Amino acid sequence: MSTEETMPEGKQEYNITVYTENQIGLLNRIAIIFTRRKINIDSLNTSPSEIESIHRFNIVINETEDVVRKLARQIEKQVEVLKVYYHTNADIIWQEMALYKVPADIIAEKASVERLLRENGARAVVIRKDYIVFETTGHREETDNLINVLQPFGLIEFVRSARIAIIKDSEGFNRKLREFEKREPGEDVIENEYLNQRDKVFTM
Amino acid sequence: MEVAQQDVLTAPEAQTVTEMTGSAALLEALLVEGVDTIFGYPGGAIMPIYDALYDYKEKLNHILVRHEQGGIHAGQGYARSSGKVGVVFATSGPGATNLVTGLADAQIDSTPLVCITGQVFAHLLGTDAFQETDVINITTPVTKWNYQVTDANEIPEAIAKAFYIARTGRPGPVLIDITKNAQIQKFDFKGYTPCNHIRSYRPKPIVRPQFIEQAAQVINEAKKPFILWGQGVLLGSAEQEFKAFIEKSGIPAAWTIMGVGAIPTDHPLNVGMLGMHGNYGPNVLTNDCDVLIAIGMRFDDRVTGRLDKYAKQAKVIHLDIDPAEIDKNVQTTVAVWGDCKETLPMLTELVEQKQHTEWLAKFKEYTRQEEEAVINAELRPQTGEMTMGEVVDQLNQLTNGDAVIVTDVGQHQMVGCRYAKFNNTRSNITSGGLGTMGFALPAAIGAKFGAQDKTVVAIIGDGGFQMTLQELGTIMQSGVDVKILILNNRFLGMVRQWQELFNERRYSFVDIQSPDFVQVAKGYGIAGKCIKERDELQSSLKEMLEHKGSFLLEVFVTKENNVFPMVPQGCSVSEIRLK
Repeated sequence: MSTEETMPEGKQEYNITVYTENQIGLLNRIAIIFTRRKINIDSLNTSPSEIESIHRFNIVINETEDVVRKLARQIEKQVEVLKVYYHTNADIIWQEMALYKVPADIIAEKASVERLLRENGARAVVIRKDYIVFETTGHREETDNLINVLQPFGLIEFVRSARIAIIKDSEGFNRKLREFEKREPGEDVIENEYLNQRDKVFTM
Repeated sequence: MEVAQQDVLTAPEAQTVTEMTGSAALLEALLVEGVDTIFGYPGGAIMPIYDALYDYKEKLNHILVRHEQGGIHAGQGYARSSGKVGVVFATSGPGATNLVTGLADAQIDSTPLVCITGQVFAHLLGTDAFQETDVINITTPVTKWNYQVTDANEIPEAIAKAFYIARTGRPGPVLIDITKNAQIQKFDFKGYTPCNHIRSYRPKPIVRPQFIEQAAQVINEAKKPFILWGQGVLLGSAEQEFKAFIEKSGIPAAWTIMGVGAIPTDHPLNVGMLGMHGNYGPNVLTNDCDVLIAIGMRFDDRVTGRLDKYAKQAKVIHLDIDPAEIDKNVQTTVAVWGDCKETLPMLTELVEQKQHTEWLAKFKEYTRQEEEAVINAELRPQTGEMTMGEVVDQLNQLTNGDAVIVTDVGQHQMVGCRYAKFNNTRSNITSGGLGTMGFALPAAIGAKFGAQDKTVVAIIGDGGFQMTLQELGTIMQSGVDVKILILNNRFLGMVRQWQELFNERRYSFVDIQSPDFVQVAKGYGIAGKCIKERDELQSSLKEMLEHKGSFLLEVFVTKENNVFPMVPQGCSVSEIRLK
C-alpha cells in the first residue's frame, strides 16, 4: 500500500461526459463548478443521449488530472447528474464541425473550388452568386487548417461547433440507467473510475 | 429521520382527491413531513401562502422574525439542535436575497433546510416586475438543490423532493421558489407521498467491506494512531457507534468545532480541539502520528494549516459519506465511503482491543504545557480585567455542560469552543465553515425551538451582536427563552488580534463603539445586566440562567487579549504558537 501516487502534473485536454436529467437550470449548476474555480470551458455541448429523457453534456477543459477528477466528483454530486466520466483525447472518438463563408467571386477567380474541397475534406453547403459556405468536420487541426487556407480569399465568417465525443470503451448507458432506477443500486453504479484505477490503494 | 405518515393522505389505493390551492397543498405537505415550526417573514409574493397559514395556526408554529437572514439562521439553529429539517419562508426579491448568507452558511456546514420563497406571477418572470429577482440563479451555488414551481400541480412532488434531498446523504439547504399564481391556483391534490428515491441522486455510497478490512488492518498495525472527527458523526447520528469505536481501539480523538459534543468533553480519549486555535497536542501530534483516521470531516484549511506539511508521515484513512471529499485536500491511503453509522460498527468489529497508553500520555503532556502557558491564565486570572475564557469557565460550572451553547464568530467563538464543556451531542451551534457574524442570536432562537428542554446560551461578541440584534424583537414577540451573553472587548477582536500580530498593530477600523446593550434589551422588554468586575461574574451568570425568560448579560472583558494557541496562516500545524 502506498500513498505515493504518481499523477501527471502537466495540463492536457480532458473530455468530461456528463449524463443528466433534462432539467432547467442544470447547465448553470454545472457551469459554475468550473467558473467558481476560474477554469475556462473550452467547449461545451449538450445533446440527447442514447436514452430518451437522459441528456449528455460534453465538456472540454485544459487541466491536470487531479483537478479534473475533483471537478468530476463535484459535478456527479449534483442531484440531477447521473454519471460523470472523464477521458483524454486518446480514449475518445471526437469531432468538431466548422462552417466558412467566403466571397464567391474571389474564390472563382483565384482558386479552384474543387481543389479546396478535395484537399481539405470540405464540402460546399451553399453556393451562391455572392458567397460560398464550406463545411468541414474533424479534429481541431483540420478545421483550423481551412481557416488559414481561406483567409487570403477574404473569409467573411467562421464558426466552429462544440466538440462531440464518443467514448471508445463505453458500453452505453442503458444498463447503468436500469441500475439507477432500482432503489438498491449495485456496486457498479457507484463505481468511480478514478478510484478503481488506483490499484495500489484499492486492491490488495 | 422519522416522517409522520398520514394514512389518508398517503395510502395509494384509497387516494382521495381534494381540490385545494397550491398554498394549502404546501402546508399539508409540511405537516406530513413532521414540520412543527416555521421561521418566516411575509411579503407580497408569498401572501397566498401566509393566507393559507392563517388556517393552520394551530398545527404549524410560525415564528415571525425581524429580517429574513434572522429567519434562516433560526432555521439553521433549529435544524442543528433538533436534527430535523429547518423550514424558512420568505417573499420574493429582497426577502429571498436576504436568505443568501444563511444558505451559504447552511451549504458549507451541511445543515438541512427547506426554504420556501414566493415569486412574482409566472407571466411576469423576466420582466423586471416589482420585487422580482432571479432567485434560482442567485442561490444555485449555495443550495444543494433548488427548483422553481410555476404550477400548483408541481407542489407535492417538489416539496417531497426538497425534504428528501435536504435531509439525506450529506444534508444541505434546498430552496423552492413558488410563483404567486401557483400559490393561488386550485388543483386536484391527490395526497402527499414523501419521496424516498430519485434516480439521479445517490445519498449514500455503497459500503465496500474490502476497504473496511484494509482500514482495520492499517489501524491494527498502527503504533500512534490518531482520530479526527467532525460533524459527520452528528449528522449521521453515529455518536454511540463512534464512542464504541474509539473505546475499543483506544485511539485518542480530537474534534473540529463542528464535531464537538459527539462524545463528552471529559471522555478520557477526547484529546481536544483541532485547528488554528485548537489545542496544542492535537495540532503538534498530527505531524507525529503514524495513522490518521478522519471521520466525517473535510480537512478545512483552518484545520490543516499548511497542506504540504500536513501529516505527511501518516497513512490517512478517511470515512465520509460524500465521495467528493475523499482526496479533495488530503490524499488518503484508504478511503471508506459511506454513512459512518454503517461503516463505524463494521470497523469496530475488525479493530483489535487496545490501549495506547504511552501515545495518549504524549497528548496529556502537551495539555500540561498548554495549561501552563495559556489555559491557566485565561481561565483563572487573579487580577486585571476579566477574560473571555474565565466567563466561559464560570458558565461551565453552572450549566455543568448540559446547555446548548451557540456562538457567533471571532475570538469569543474560539474561546467558547475551546473551553465550553459539552456533555451532549448537538449542543454546540456555531457558524464553522462560513464564519457568519450575526449568526448566534437568531440561531439561538431556532436552537431553543428545536430543543425546548435545554438551556440555550448564545455567546456573542459586541461586533456580531450588532449585526442581527433586531432579532431581539423575535424574542420579545415569541417569548422564547434565550440567554444572551455578550463578551464585550470594545473591539472587533479577531481582526484586531491579526492586526496586532501580523500588521504591526496598525488597528484599522476594528475599534467598534456599541450602544448600551442593556438599554437596547430593555426596549424590547428583555431583562439585562452589564458587569465589569470579577466579583459579580458568578452571581450574574447565575441570575441570567435562573431568570424566567430571556436575559441579556453583558460582560466587559480585556480589550486586547489574544486567543492562543494559534497556527498562523501559511504555517504547518506543528508550528503552532503558544504566545
